[in-house]
Amino acid sequence: MTVAVFIEHRGDKLLPIALEGLGAGRKLADALGQPLSAVLVGSDIGGLALSAIASGSDKVYVLDDPLLKDYQPDAYVAVLEKVARQINPQIFIIGQTDAGRDLAPRLAFRLGTAVTTDCVDLAIDPASKRLLATRPVYGGNALAVFSSDTDPQMVTIRTKTMTPLAPDTARKGEVINIAAGLDAAAIRAKVINRVVEEVAGINIEDAERVVAGGRGIGSAEGFKQLEELARLLKGAVGASRPPCDSNWVPDTVQVGLTGKIIAPELYIAVAISGSSQHMSGCSGARTIVAINKDKEANIFRHARYGAVGDWKKILPAFTAKVRELISY
Amino acid sequence: MLEDPAFADADTYTTAEALSAAIKKAGQFDLILCGREASDTNAGQTGAGIAELLGVPCVTLARKIEPTEGKVRVERVTSTGYEVIEAPLPAVVTVSNEVGEPRYPTIKGIMAAKKKEPVVWKPADIGIQAGGRRVKLNRLYQPVHEEKCEFIAGENPEEMGDNLALKLREVKVL
Repeated sequence: MTVAVFIEHRGDKLLPIALEGLGAGRKLADALGQPLSAVLVGSDIGGLALSAIASGSDKVYVLDDPLLKDYQPDAYVAVLEKVARQINPQIFIIGQTDAGRDLAPRLAFRLGTAVTTDCVDLAIDPASKRLLATRPVYGGNALAVFSSDTDPQMVTIRTKTMTPLAPDTARKGEVINIAAGLDAAAIRAKVINRVVEEVAGINIEDAERVVAGGRGIGSAEGFKQLEELARLLKGAVGASRPPCDSNWVPDTVQVGLTGKIIAPELYIAVAISGSSQHMSGCSGARTIVAINKDKEANIFRHARYGAVGDWKKILPAFTAKVRELISY
Repeated sequence: MLEDPAFADADTYTTAEALSAAIKKAGQFDLILCGREASDTNAGQTGAGIAELLGVPCVTLARKIEPTEGKVRVERVTSTGYEVIEAPLPAVVTVSNEVGEPRYPTIKGIMAAKKKEPVVWKPADIGIQAGGRRVKLNRLYQPVHEEKCEFIAGENPEEMGDNLALKLREVKVL
């Protein structure tokens, strides 16, 4: 019996969500008195096993194969099924990432179990020793706690909701290689190209400060003012869904349940009403500041500081004052 | 149409099981389209489940779908852009909101719809026993927002903008 975490990586580093998964998995494994296993899939990735151990794993299962270099849905589901059948995890944690949200439901069906996606909290029920998985439902308006009777109890976790351990290189662990043994015929859907749509400036998911606009910004032209402020703050521009749907900004900067889920230090929401779908994407921000003409707008229920009025008048003055203040 | 009280409180497994059984009963298919996620649970699993149960490939979160001879070419939305994926048919594709706008029904369409008789199947019609759940809901609640908004004063919007910046500096957010 073990708690397993599928750990994703990019380049020569584990992704933050992989470390968050290991942090969450470590707590659950300790509560159950089980070892924590990391599952590492890719090509030429052996070197990452040590960081997985430093971040909490007792065992690292490595599936290293040129066919697994990048995420390919059928290949990844096949090898994860193989690992799951071999190590029999009682709990299997996967990140709610581009790959994770795609593969977790398939893997669950293939293993004859269930997955609770996009969890924001995981705990062990003291009486039943089963996993209690908390996730937002109804577009972020409510939270639901789920459990299941089938193993592995699979979950995907939302980014930045779990705490990683401080890496400790003195930690000991075991690395186990498993042959991928892929059957080429089982790979049907193929990713033939990956296109990165460049967004100028800082990536919104990495930005400490985000200036986001809503429907009320009114045009692509209007977003230029938000960009100016974002540049000044060394941050990124975000948006709620309407500006993306209207092509004022690229879809990749959409913040919300069906866009990016971010947790910057500062989130400045300009002309955003604050629907629960949108707030699901930014409620992890440390400080939310809102500018909106409607005092009753939902955004003010989440904001720490608010200004009620026409953003076209407030924002230029705000930006000018910020420029003055930070130049000292 | 699958309609029965047994489907009312279905979890993803039961939903996917019922839909895949109905698809099999309906006969041959090339392409099954599903939405990205339900608006209540937001789980995003049904399409993948149908594909697994039918043993066909699945491509999720499509923003563009082009069927070609025996294949489907899909642009899949990712956090940094998109992926181009090719899958042999038959296949399941789930679509994201970027794929397009809903059509408004025309008067002609509404009239034509009135003449159509929906086929309604019960669990027994598609050979399943619906009603079981693999996932149990233990608790459902509304989180409380503790944040209390401090509204920034000002004689006019410009002054408000100034005062907001000064406030953020004062509390060391800037």
